[in-house]
Formats: sequence, C-alpha cells, structure tokens
Amino acid sequence: MKREDIIKPENKVYSRPRLLDKNIMHYCPGCSHGVVHKLVAEVIEELGLEDSAIGIAPVGCAVFAYNYIDCDWIEAAHGRAPALATAVNRLYPSKVVFTYQGDGDLAAIGSAETIHACTRGENIVIIMINNGIYGMTGGQMSPCTLEGAKTATTPYGRRADLNGFPLRVSNVVSLLDGTCYVTRQAVHTPAAVRKAKAALKKAFTNARDKKGTSFVEIVATCSSGWKMTPDKSNKWMAENMFAHYPLGDIKDTAIPAGTAQ
Amino acid sequence: MKDDIKLMKGNEAIAHAAIRYGADGYFGYPITPQSEVLETLEALMPWETTGMVVLQAESEVASINMVYGGAASGKAVMTSSSSPGVSLMQEGISYLAASELPALIVNVMRGGPGLGTIHPSQSDYFQATKGGGHGDYHLIVLAPSTVQEMADFVGLGFDLAFKYRTPAMILADGIVGQMMEKVVLPPQRPRRTDEEVRRQCPWAVNGREGGRKRNVVTSLELDSAMMEKNNERFQRTYREIEKNEVRYEAKYTEDADYLIVAFGSIARICLKAIEEARKEGIKIGLIRPITLWPFPYEAIREAARNVKGILCVEINAGQMIEDVRLAVSDSVPVTHFGRMGGIVPNPQEVLDSLRKDFINPNPQK
Repeated sequence: MKREDIIKPENKVYSRPRLLDKNIMHYCPGCSHGVVHKLVAEVIEELGLEDSAIGIAPVGCAVFAYNYIDCDWIEAAHGRAPALATAVNRLYPSKVVFTYQGDGDLAAIGSAETIHACTRGENIVIIMINNGIYGMTGGQMSPCTLEGAKTATTPYGRRADLNGFPLRVSNVVSLLDGTCYVTRQAVHTPAAVRKAKAALKKAFTNARDKKGTSFVEIVATCSSGWKMTPDKSNKWMAENMFAHYPLGDIKDTAIPAGTAQ
Repeated sequence: MKDDIKLMKGNEAIAHAAIRYGADGYFGYPITPQSEVLETLEALMPWETTGMVVLQAESEVASINMVYGGAASGKAVMTSSSSPGVSLMQEGISYLAASELPALIVNVMRGGPGLGTIHPSQSDYFQATKGGGHGDYHLIVLAPSTVQEMADFVGLGFDLAFKYRTPAMILADGIVGQMMEKVVLPPQRPRRTDEEVRRQCPWAVNGREGGRKRNVVTSLELDSAMMEKNNERFQRTYREIEKNEVRYEAKYTEDADYLIVAFGSIARICLKAIEEARKEGIKIGLIRPITLWPFPYEAIREAARNVKGILCVEINAGQMIEDVRLAVSDSVPVTHFGRMGGIVPNPQEVLDSLRKDFINPNPQK
C-alpha cells in the first residue's frame, strides 16, 4: 500500500477545526487554553454556528482569543464580558454569544457581572478557565487559588486567615435560577477532553435553544504561573485542584432535580 | 404636530426622544436625579412597539459595558446616570472612545465630590470635556439648557456619534433633568433593520453572516508603533470634530461692554440677569456654549474683542473658566461666579457678581 492510498479523506481521523486559525498561539507550553480554544472552534463548527457565534474575550491570557477562533469577537474590559454578552444577545437574539474568561477576570473583578448575567438567565455561554492564578500579569493569587498555593502575591502560600478561601464559582452560579447548565471539566487527558467537548456542545446548544445561562468551568493548568513542567502541572492539578474543584455536572435543568451526576 | 407638544420633565424627554429616534437599546441603573429616564422607558415598554431593548443593569459599571457591547454590535445604544454613576462609567467610556464606537451617555449632574448631594450642579465639566477616563480621548459633549434641548440632543448626539464613530455625552444638570417644560417631541423613526446596521457599520460585531471575514472590536494594541498610529487616527477625528461641530448661542453680544459665558440651565438665569441689567443701561452679552467639547473658543474670542471683562458663571467652583481664559489668552480679565453644594444662583447674585468684579470693584471708595 502506498502513502497516497492511505492519505484519503475517508481515512482521515483527525484534522484542525476549520475555525481554528493557523496563527501561532502565544500561550505557554502546557497551557490548557489551546485545547479549549480547539474545542470551542470544533463545537461552533459542528453545530453550524459559524455565522452566528459571537465571542467576548476577557482581559488575561485569553485576551487574544480573537486571533485564534474565526468568529466575530469583542474584547471586553476586565471582568465585564458577561455585561457585553448580555447586550449583544438581547440586541441579536438569534445569535449565539459566549464569553471566554479566566478565573481572575470572572471570579474577582467580574463577579458582579457574572452573578447578574446568570441570575437574569441570559441565553449565553460563559466559559471560565480556572487555573487558580493570574497568568497574564505574572502569577498572582486569584479568588480560585488553593490554600497553601504559592503565588507572586502569596509568596508563602495562600492563607485563609489572610487571603480568604478559594471560591467555587460554579457551585455559586448553580444556585441561581437563571442557569440551566453548570459543569466543571478539565482537559488534561484525552478522556477529559472528550467530556469537556461534550459539555461545551451542550452549553452552545442551550444558548442556541434559549434555555438560559450555561456555565462551563474548565479546571486548567498554568505551568508558567505554577512554575512546574507541563507534565508536573497536569499531575499537580489532578492531585490538588480536583479535590477542591471536583469534575462533573453540577446542574442540568434538562435532567430532573436530584438525578444529576 | 400639535399633538406632539407635551409637558414633561427633561429626564422624561430623554426617554421619549430615545424611542422616537429609533434607538436600539438603553442600559441603566437608578440614581437621583435621573431615574425618570429608566422609569419612563420601562413604563413606555418600547420593546413592544419599536423593539428597543431596555434593561436595568446591576450597576453603572455593567450599564456602560452593556453599552460597549451593544455599540460594538453596531446598534444605537445609550445609558444615563448622574455624577457618581458617571464616575463609575469612566473606564467603559475610555474603551468606547478607544474602540471608536458610537454611543450616547447622559449625565444629569448632581453636586459632588463623593456622594455629595442630589441637588443640581455642573461640577463634572472637567470630567466630561477633558477626558474623564484614562488615555488621550475626547467625547462630543452637548449641554442642554431646556427640556426641548434634552429631547433634541438625543438625536443630535446619536447622529454625531455615528458620524464620527465616537461616544457623545449629553451633559445636563439636575435642574433641566427635573424641571417640566413644553417640548415638541421629534417624529417617530423606525429602528434600523439588521441589514441596514450591517450596511452602515461594516465593522460591527454581529455574526459573520454571509461568510464575511471576522470583525473584531478591541482597544488593545501591544505594538507601540501601531498604538501610536491608532492614537493619531483618534486625534485626526477630534480635529475634524473641532472644525465642524462647534455649537453655541450668542445673545446681546454686538454692543456688549461685558460678557457672560455660561452653559446649561444657568445660562437661562444669566439671560434673565442680562435683561435686567440692560434696563439699567449695563450692556452685557451672553455666550452659551452648546458643545462643551468642541469648545467655542473662536466665538468667545470674537465676542470678547470689545468687552471690559468676562464673567464665567457655572454651578461649580470654576471649571469652564479655564477654557474661557484660553479662548481670550487673558487679554481680557476673566472672573468666575458660581455656587456649590447644589445651590443654584439667582439672577441678582449673577449681576452683583459682575458689578463687583468689573463695574464697581471698591464700592466704599
């Protein structure tokens, strides 16, 4: 069998999503953003939402998300993405609007906009990459930093008595009547990537079908901020982050109450 | 047309005018003395008629960022607030200017600083005309002195904002927001269709319909050379606006020995003072800047050519006086009279102040 016989469209098992640009990403080696970007691009493409997807980029490492995913984008002020998404979606109800934010952007400075977009039940998708750190500004403590974790602003480790407790944002927004789907995922293994993609697909489908706010948290690594190799970061995340931020669906109004896993 | 003459508050006129202009969205948060804008819109339910979106946001910060999102999508969107709330909006206003987005912001000023007072003031002149937020930018600033102008400037503000792709502000005060007057409302215009928005705003973020290339609205540019180019483009726009859009009202300036410069509601009180003075043979003229930015420097310079003094009357500690002094390069004495804390001067106080400053500075001698 020749090489040409194998390289045929019908034999293709994997390719770059059409909506993922060929621009070289600025993300550090081992960062979860690249994988999540790819999943978002795949989901938009598979749902046929290329013409109607509108992304709201945050301030933080994903500030340049608009350079990588080929849909319309607005770059928001720090933390305000859900406010922008609210307006765009209300002015264009037929469009599918999503925010893509980090835990510093969303859970600290943007907590009010997040709570109120969710409580109004805006028909949008909110994606939060939770790596428990401010990556872009150089590794400072975020609301989601674990107790004991060393960061640029908690050089001796986060102490609850000084810095408060790590915030479980997904659990908070799951209590709000406007959210229809709240889930916590990760992308550190192929199996986790597949689950995260299914979650994102459900979230975008909900937005398209106007079911309320879908909130997808991705527990993620920040090798540079954590000062670990990519491999060690994945292990550290699984061993430490998942204990405080357990993976799985937290709320799904499509499933009767009490039966969600 | 007769049916369209109404008696209403300035704040209510803003709400009616917004619907009639065909505005697409209003996002606001309650604050005295402008809450009637949001209340009137909620009562009129324009989403049932024109399709205009009205939303009470969780804060002024959220309001202005909803405006940012709406403006980025090419829609005609606005917010209104009063001084402390407008302070909260400054970051978002800077983003609007930096992203070259058209939007309308209404500030019905109250006395500050801090929580200050709910009573009228003009003490946000600096904030409105000199930037307010971070970075080198300007807003087009319109200063209404009547309820009629409150209504008219909604359309004018939106038109200028879209013409130059830059945010515009109506800088009103608690007097003109709260007082009731006769007003002729503009005729109802239809809202632009999404297709018309696409044509008018090819840059807008509203989905890549028809497979067009993606649109990105951002104020970020990390390449300093590019960011300087962006700034140069903003400045070219500002020079164009300065050239084309200066607006002011001049009264009794031809034979004036003295000049009063005043904007907004206090200009009407000054006019009363001027008319009283003329009965006594004191010839005072009035320049009322309508655009506070761009400022009518040239008009003031011209009007000041033969006067002995200029009194700048403002409901603040003296802010616009800096622009008036720039206008005349201190070739004429310029003094300021104003009250603070929400107190509005009466015509007699204005006249006494002008007499003291220029006509009879030392009454005992």
